[in-house]
Amino acid sequence: MSTVLGIPVPVILGQLTLGLVNGSFYALLSLGLAVIFGLMGVVNFAHGAFYTLGAFAALLGLQYLGINYWVALLLAPLAVGLLGVLVERLLLRHLYGLDPLYGLLLTFGLALIVQGSLHQVFGASGQSYPVPESLSGVLNLHFMYLPLYRAWVILASVVVCFSTWFVIERTPLGATLRAATENAPLLQAFGVNVPLLVAATYGGGVALAALAGVLASPVVLVNSHMGTELVIVVFAVVVIGGMGSILGAIVSGLVLGVVEGFTKVIYPEASNIVVFVIMALVLVLRPAGLFGRE
Amino acid sequence: MRSSRWTIAFGAATFLAAGPHSAHAADSVVIGDIDDMSGVYADVEGAAGADVINMAIADFGGTVLGRKIVVMTADHQNKPDIGASKFREWADQDGLNLLLGGSNTGVNIAMAKVAAAKKVPFIVIGAGGASLTNEDCTAYSVHYVYDTTALANGTATAMVNAGNKTWFYVTADYAFGTQLQNAASKVVETHGGKNVGAVRVPLGAADFSSFLLQAQASGAQVLGLANAGTDFSNSLKAANEFGITRTMKPAALLAFITDIHSLGLKTAQGLVLTTAWYWDLNDETRAFAKRFFAKENRQPTMDQAGVYSATLTYLRAVKTAGTTDGDKVMAQLKKDKINDMFTRGGYIRADGAMIHDMYVMQVKTPQESKYPWDYYKVIRKMSGEEAFGPVTGLCPLAPK
Repeated sequence: MSTVLGIPVPVILGQLTLGLVNGSFYALLSLGLAVIFGLMGVVNFAHGAFYTLGAFAALLGLQYLGINYWVALLLAPLAVGLLGVLVERLLLRHLYGLDPLYGLLLTFGLALIVQGSLHQVFGASGQSYPVPESLSGVLNLHFMYLPLYRAWVILASVVVCFSTWFVIERTPLGATLRAATENAPLLQAFGVNVPLLVAATYGGGVALAALAGVLASPVVLVNSHMGTELVIVVFAVVVIGGMGSILGAIVSGLVLGVVEGFTKVIYPEASNIVVFVIMALVLVLRPAGLFGRE
Repeated sequence: MRSSRWTIAFGAATFLAAGPHSAHAADSVVIGDIDDMSGVYADVEGAAGADVINMAIADFGGTVLGRKIVVMTADHQNKPDIGASKFREWADQDGLNLLLGGSNTGVNIAMAKVAAAKKVPFIVIGAGGASLTNEDCTAYSVHYVYDTTALANGTATAMVNAGNKTWFYVTADYAFGTQLQNAASKVVETHGGKNVGAVRVPLGAADFSSFLLQAQASGAQVLGLANAGTDFSNSLKAANEFGITRTMKPAALLAFITDIHSLGLKTAQGLVLTTAWYWDLNDETRAFAKRFFAKENRQPTMDQAGVYSATLTYLRAVKTAGTTDGDKVMAQLKKDKINDMFTRGGYIRADGAMIHDMYVMQVKTPQESKYPWDYYKVIRKMSGEEAFGPVTGLCPLAPK
């Protein structure tokens, strides 16, 4: 068997694939964070909570209303996104113009409330969400067997990430959004409803987190803690990519998933800190992040 | 001005967070319960465990030696320093008479040191590490429900004897996981099996597929899961999804009934595991389970049954000894036989291990399961001596 650095090639390809699956989640989540930070300047600590809520929305929808996976993929992000709009209109809006620390504290508090409430109602052990019938097979990639569902996660995430990037960077709507962040009063003078735009941005970023939650629900147990650990890694991903850089969030999400995957083979004990080590290095060598502008 | 207002606000917050301070009068018997109340192990014992302690006290009559019995609970958040400092605070300020230790071996090892320093009896319920009655033993510790030795003797022996000789472990990277893996490795070797390898996974990993593929690449017959709670459930779920369970037999070195319930029988069927107690063993266990279910809307775990039994065992010892003095109560505890719905003929050995029967179980298939929570069938009942093994001599209280 051919090897690279003493690791068999099939193992390398296998870890590369699995890394891309995990990276897909990182990319989707960091994308939402980057959109919210880039366009609103809010450090959204509640992102993990919205991810968890997305998964719970799918689970409860299935259990109580018989909503299937494909419909949940659409409805759960919509419902959670609307909740995000409410949060922005009722709470966040009052903190604009203040130090970003206030937004961070508010969203951190929200995250604790959501997590605590879910824990109170559903307990800690979590529940299983079944893999949809049409995606329950296994793909033979010759170097490994990849569950069809994981392949779907990569595809869905890449498509959603790049469409989001395209909308924000390459369309008139995106141009308007960016203009709102550059000079809101001027844009408002042109007759654009800026508060609505900002609320929709937050709702959209939150909906991306919920979408990641629905995508994750058949892979992991749905429980109140699922977003807590993840959101910290995702913040590191955003910092590495460059705060607010959308392309940076997507690319560094996928790349860090792969790096983490290889760490799991070479030195598994370090797999949960490797992202933070890279973050520290990036902050020292290139404080604005890999894709950020100084 | 601004900074001084912040200082006041933080001061107030700290004061509020510290909670009401209740120095209990000397005329009450104080039982403390320090456990993971909000984290990954919160369903194993947690808040429901605290309810069970109160249930046991009510069943005992609410008083002992004419003194009222009071319960205090705290969340250790899986942090050894929090567990140890809470224990010390209660012992110093609240006249604590007994501490019941919940999940997490790391936290319980830290609390055992406080028990020795403060001479307060300390009954470990939810932690698994057998070191608590070996190198970390104290004269005031009791290990009540199960330990890593008993788990390995149950599950690993059953698996190896059924012809599954080669093992690869997916191990939680902390005290409990490594103790469990070591115990299982020893059993596998003793019975003529072979340990092929292991991968140590950080606690609370989000994705296990990478580690599982390494296990599969090892070519071993058995996938030894030396982890617990959400880690265990997520690793077994991924093993199913990646088709690893088609080539390897999973062995649950520690699984609670709540884990099996989360996973569902379709995923968990056929799994071999070891437990101290199961709700559907006999009329007495079913009677307890019925009371528990009425309050918590789920079946009790072995830890929740164990904490009920431990509370009553302690109160009986206090009553017989006629005192709450730590040394005298410990002497009494080590004399008594334990006969209740948790165990028959259980006893506490010199090193603190409570020796009682353990059950090797197999998870039923969805077809075999006839009613809700009908999850296990008994493969083998082990005597306490067989399960917990002879004294090792590592604890100075119990020389070999």
